[in-house]
Amino acid sequence: MFEGYSLAELGSIFAMQGFAGLILFSVFVLMALGLAIIFGQMGVINMAHGEFMILGAYVTYLCSTFISNYAPALFPAYFFVAMILAFFASGALGMLVEWGMIRFLYRRPLDTLLATWGLSLILQQIFRSVFGAREVGVVLPDWLMGSVAVTDTIEVPINGLFVMGLTIAITVVIYAVMFRSRWGQGVRAVMQNRVMAGAVGINTEKVDRYTFGLGCGIAGVAGSAFTMVGSTGPTSGQLYIVDTFLVVVFGGAQSLIGTIASAFTISQAQSTMEFFLSGSTAKVLTLLTVVVILMLRPQGLFVLKVRR
Amino acid sequence: MSSDKMDADKLNGGIPSPLRRKLLLGMAALPAVGLLPRGALAQALPTSAVNTTKLAVTDGTVKVGILHSTTGTMAISETGSVQAEKLAIAQINEMGGVLGRKIEVIQEDGASDWPTFAEKARKLLVEDKVAAVFGCWTSASRKAVLPVFEQYNGMLYYPTFYEGLEQSKNVIYTGQEATQQILAGLDWVTKEKGAKSFFLIGSDYIWPRTSNKIARKHIEMKGQKVVGEEYFPLGHTQFNSVINKIKLTKPDVIYASVVGGSNVAFYKQMKAAGIDLNKQTLMTISVTEDEMLGIGGENIAGAYACMKYFQSLKNPNNEKFVAAFKKMWGGESVIGDVTQAGYLGPWLWKLTAEKAQSFDIDKIAAASAGIEFTGAPEGYVRVHENHHLWSKTRVGRARTDGQFDVVYETADLIEPNPFPKGYQ
Repeated sequence: MFEGYSLAELGSIFAMQGFAGLILFSVFVLMALGLAIIFGQMGVINMAHGEFMILGAYVTYLCSTFISNYAPALFPAYFFVAMILAFFASGALGMLVEWGMIRFLYRRPLDTLLATWGLSLILQQIFRSVFGAREVGVVLPDWLMGSVAVTDTIEVPINGLFVMGLTIAITVVIYAVMFRSRWGQGVRAVMQNRVMAGAVGINTEKVDRYTFGLGCGIAGVAGSAFTMVGSTGPTSGQLYIVDTFLVVVFGGAQSLIGTIASAFTISQAQSTMEFFLSGSTAKVLTLLTVVVILMLRPQGLFVLKVRR
Repeated sequence: MSSDKMDADKLNGGIPSPLRRKLLLGMAALPAVGLLPRGALAQALPTSAVNTTKLAVTDGTVKVGILHSTTGTMAISETGSVQAEKLAIAQINEMGGVLGRKIEVIQEDGASDWPTFAEKARKLLVEDKVAAVFGCWTSASRKAVLPVFEQYNGMLYYPTFYEGLEQSKNVIYTGQEATQQILAGLDWVTKEKGAKSFFLIGSDYIWPRTSNKIARKHIEMKGQKVVGEEYFPLGHTQFNSVINKIKLTKPDVIYASVVGGSNVAFYKQMKAAGIDLNKQTLMTISVTEDEMLGIGGENIAGAYACMKYFQSLKNPNNEKFVAAFKKMWGGESVIGDVTQAGYLGPWLWKLTAEKAQSFDIDKIAAASAGIEFTGAPEGYVRVHENHHLWSKTRVGRARTDGQFDVVYETADLIEPNPFPKGYQ
C-alpha cells in the first residue's frame, strides 16, 4: 500500500498515525479513570458508567445552547464551564445513587451489576423522555475545531490535543487526590480493610459516598469532552461501556497505573492494526489478544500487592 | 361471489331481502361510488364484500398496525417514520377514510429488538387482525417479521432504503433498493467531479456491505478504481486511523455508508483532522436530515448525499407535506428520506384498496402493481410488479443549517431491480 510515496510523505503519515494512537489512548484513559475508581477501588460493577458520561454530554449540550442564546460573547470559553458543571452534575447523581442503591449492595458485588444495569436503562429512558430520542448536536467553539499544521503534511486535530491535555490534567489530579492527600489515604484504607478503617475512626460511609461521586464526576467530564469526538444521544453511553470495562479489567482492576498501561496497550494495538488491516478485523484481533492475555494472567496486567 | 355474500349477510343478522337486492344493485353501480357523499360508501360496500378473510374491518372502521421502535437504540431513526405514517393516516381519515371506513391505528413497539418485532407482528396479525402494517426500519427487523407476514398472510409497508435481494408478495417496499440509490449517484459524481478513485467506508452489517459490493462492481465496470474498502463495528467511535488511511490513498471520492452514532464521530473527526468537504468530495448514502441533527451541519456541510427525497425539494406536494408535518409534529421537526417513504405507505395502501375494492390481503397484493400516487412529496411514484417503487434518485449537498440543496435529479423514474444481474 505504500508504493508511489516519498519517504517524507510516509514519515508524516506515520507521525499522524502516532498521534491517532495517542489520542485514542487519551480517550481510553479518560473513559476508564472513573470506572477504575468505582470498580477497582470500591468493587462496584457500575454498568451505568456510560450513562453518567452521557449526562455530562447533555450538560455540555444544555450549556452550549444556553450560552449561545443568552451570552454569545462567552461562547469560546463555555466548554470549561460545561466540564465543571458536568463534573458536579454527574458527581451529585452518583452520590444520590450511592445513597439510594449502592450502599445496600457492597457485600453483593454481582448484584451491583444487575442493579446498575437496571439503572442504566432507567437513565436512558429519562434522557429519551427529556431530550428526545434523536441525537443532539453540540456546537463547539471554533477554536476547538480544525487542526494544527505542524509541517506542510502533518496535521494534528486540535480537539485530540485538547483531550490529551485534559487526560493528563485529570490523571495528575486523581493521583494527587488518591495518593498524596489524607482523604485519598482514607479511601485506600477503607478499600483494603473496611472494618479496621472504621475502627480507627474513618467514616467509611462518607468515604464510600464521595469516592463513588468522584468516579461518576470524572465520567461526566469524560462525557463532556467526548461531545467533541462522538455522538450525544440517549443510548450513546452504550458505545463506551465495553471498551471501558475492557481497559479496566485488562489493566488489573485495583491498580490505577494498570489502567493507564492497559489503555496504552489496547489503544496502540488497535490503532496500528486499524491502519494496516480493516476496522472490524482490528477490533476482533484486539479482543482476542486481550482474552488470551487474561487467560494466562487473570488478575490483569498490574496487581496491587496487599497482605490479606 | 353472490352466494358467498348472501351467506355472509345471513351471518350478519339477515338483512331483509328487498334491501339486500338494493345493496347488490348498489354494488353494480360501483363506478358511481366516487360521487356518493361521505359515509354512503360503507353502505355501498358492505363489510362482507370488502373483507372476506375476517380482518378487523367493520362498517365504519378498519384497523391497521404501526410497528416501529419507539424505545431502544433505533428509536432515533424510527420516530420520524411513525410520525409520517400517523400524519398520512390522519389526512386519509379527514378525507373520509378508505372505502368509506375510518382507519384505526394499533401501535406496537419493536423496542429495537428483532425477536420483539416478530412477536409484535404476530400479535398484530393474529390477535388484532389488522388489514395492513406500516413498520420496520432495519433490514434485521424486516427479516425477522417476514416469515410471520408470509405465514399469517399480512401486508407490510416497509419504508427504509435497503440492500435489495428480497421480494415478497406480503411486502411493499416504499424506500429505494440499493441499485436505485447507488448507480445514478455514482454516475453523477463521475461525470460532475471527474472521479476516478473511490474509498468505500461503512458500518459492518448487511446493508453497507451489499451496497458497497454493488458500488464496487459498478465502479470497476466503468474502469475506475476502488482504493480502499473499510468496515467498522456498529457504534465504533474512533476513526482517526482510517482517516489517515484516506489521506494516504487520496481518493477522488469518499463513499460513506456509516450509520448511527458512529456517523457523528466519523464526520466530527474528519473535520478535526482537516479534511475539508468542500475540497474533498464525499458522497454518503446514509445521512438524511435526521442524522444531520446529531452530526451538526457545520461538520458535514459540503458533503453530497444520494437519496430519493430531501426536505428542501421544491414541488407543491412537498410544500404541503412539509407544512402539514410541521403543523402536526412541531416546527422544529425535520423530514428525512425514510420519513417521506413512511408517509407513502398508508396512501399507497388506500389507493390499492380502492382499486381492489377490497381489504383482502391477496387482492391488495395482486392489485398493488401499477398503483400510482401523484400526491407523493417526492413527486410521482408507481408500484412495480416486484413490489418496489419506481422513483427518481437525487443528489443533495449538505448545508450548515442541516438541510440539503438538491443539485441533481435523474430525468426519469428509475426501475427498481432488487436482484440486479452482474452485481451479486
